[in-house]
Amino acid sequence: MAQITTLIKRELMSYFYSPVAYVFIKIFLLSTVGTPFFLGNFLNTKQASREIFFLFHPWLYLFLIPAIGMGLWAEERNTGTIELLFTLPISMIQAVVSKFLAGWIFIGIALLLTFPIILTVNYLGEPDNGVIFASYLGSFLMAGAYLVITCVTSALTRNQVISFILSVIVCFIMVLLGWGIFANIMNKMFPVWLTDIISTASFSTHFNSISRGIIDSRDLIFFLSIIGGGLIINALILETKKGS
Amino acid sequence: MIEVDRLTKNYGSLLAVDNISFQVNKGEILGFLGPNGAGKSTTMKMLSCFIHPTGGTARIGGKDILTDSISVRKILGYLPESAPSYKNMTVLEFLEFIAQTRGFSGQEKSDRVERIIDLTTLESARYQTIDTLSKGFRQRVGFAQALIHDPPVLILDEPTDGLDPNQKQEVRALIQRMAEEKAIILSTHILEEMEAVCTRAIIINQGKIVADGAPQTLLTHSRVFNAVTLKLPHRLEDATTQSLLKLENVNDVKTVAPSQTGEDYVVQVFPNKKQDILGQVKDLLNSNNIEISEIYREKGYMDEVFRHLTLGG
Repeated sequence: MAQITTLIKRELMSYFYSPVAYVFIKIFLLSTVGTPFFLGNFLNTKQASREIFFLFHPWLYLFLIPAIGMGLWAEERNTGTIELLFTLPISMIQAVVSKFLAGWIFIGIALLLTFPIILTVNYLGEPDNGVIFASYLGSFLMAGAYLVITCVTSALTRNQVISFILSVIVCFIMVLLGWGIFANIMNKMFPVWLTDIISTASFSTHFNSISRGIIDSRDLIFFLSIIGGGLIINALILETKKGS
Repeated sequence: MIEVDRLTKNYGSLLAVDNISFQVNKGEILGFLGPNGAGKSTTMKMLSCFIHPTGGTARIGGKDILTDSISVRKILGYLPESAPSYKNMTVLEFLEFIAQTRGFSGQEKSDRVERIIDLTTLESARYQTIDTLSKGFRQRVGFAQALIHDPPVLILDEPTDGLDPNQKQEVRALIQRMAEEKAIILSTHILEEMEAVCTRAIIINQGKIVADGAPQTLLTHSRVFNAVTLKLPHRLEDATTQSLLKLENVNDVKTVAPSQTGEDYVVQVFPNKKQDILGQVKDLLNSNNIEISEIYREKGYMDEVFRHLTLGG
């Protein structure tokens, strides 16, 4: 455990040592808070509601989270530090989990910094703060699922750009699966039960369900098993590719 | 301390390391030599548990690299080729990070970091981020991280690469100081370094061990080992050459060239079966009153041995 903490600390420090952390947090805040105003017509809805704020998260994460995670393993492989890391007395699982957790904690920090918009809706009206909490939880879990996909693509290549593009594509598919238009197209091609199964694999379906304020164990299990499965795949890929 | 048992690694159809076995004991400094791509780094990466062997195994301090890799990594100090490190950290932060992952905390961690900074003379760079350091300093940082837990086994992949001659000398002295208590494997391209530092050398070519022995023993493979070189102010007369050839253990006499100064003639007398013939040659020249400006016995050349063993020439 002490080693995991040490590894997480180093990883988090490396975000804040470079301009990446500050640029990311600024863009994250501008886009998460900006989209409801500019795209969501926040002021004209005349509702003190978090709904529009969270509406855009699946789409924003599509670019922001691959940007945060693309270097996690690609950079280690590119600079050769992976050889240093895996000759220290730490296990593969410790290494994989701590990288992931560091990225997730960092996204958590960025997400927490969006609190002024919650203060604003509370000032303007009386929103349901329970639902807001659930939405934050859903958003954070969904971010973890995006991140684990990025971890996997990052382990596949030494090149951060390739890692970024691959993870955007995979995450885009995972969001699209639950989108209404996509479901309609699928309904014409496949039987309804198959379309339903496919759309339950979508990030946005589960995110929307949690952010309605109902924290259903099925949604939690969905995201946590995506994360767990992703970390195992991440470890397997590294085991075979670390030396090449 | 290190027992390598039929270690093999192939990358697809390429056989990088082919069934090699050797042992290294405490107090030995083993030099690992070979042309680029011979399998030196691959062997070291397998011993340090970074990559899995395709076949065979190794035991380090009695622990198996396949079944007990974490225990192996605990007692091993490893300096990877070109000394990778987290470049945005300062030297101090980086060494503290390594110490922590090796399980040290509190006062012991600080003591170890201080000791290693002192040992590798990194004091002046302590607060500098690693990416601002010169290559020599980076190499020392890599060396420091490998030594922080005072491991009984050290594996160093080109430890003096990129250092200036003074720094090379420092690192060699450091390795020799530590040698008594440790088993050390180091790879190098520099043959003089191997001769100066190592108690034993293994030459590896195309994944196979082609020579294993003390540097002095390897030198006996040299074509000129124990040949007697003469420098003469005058050309050696044919009669003298004939009488040299008649000596019991002399095999051949060759006029190498007039030396570079243009004043001396250089002649080499080769023995049969690499025996010591210096005394015989001296006596003969003395009794014939031949003026010589220099006479010595050749020790052999490591680069020639290396070429011979790795190119078959």
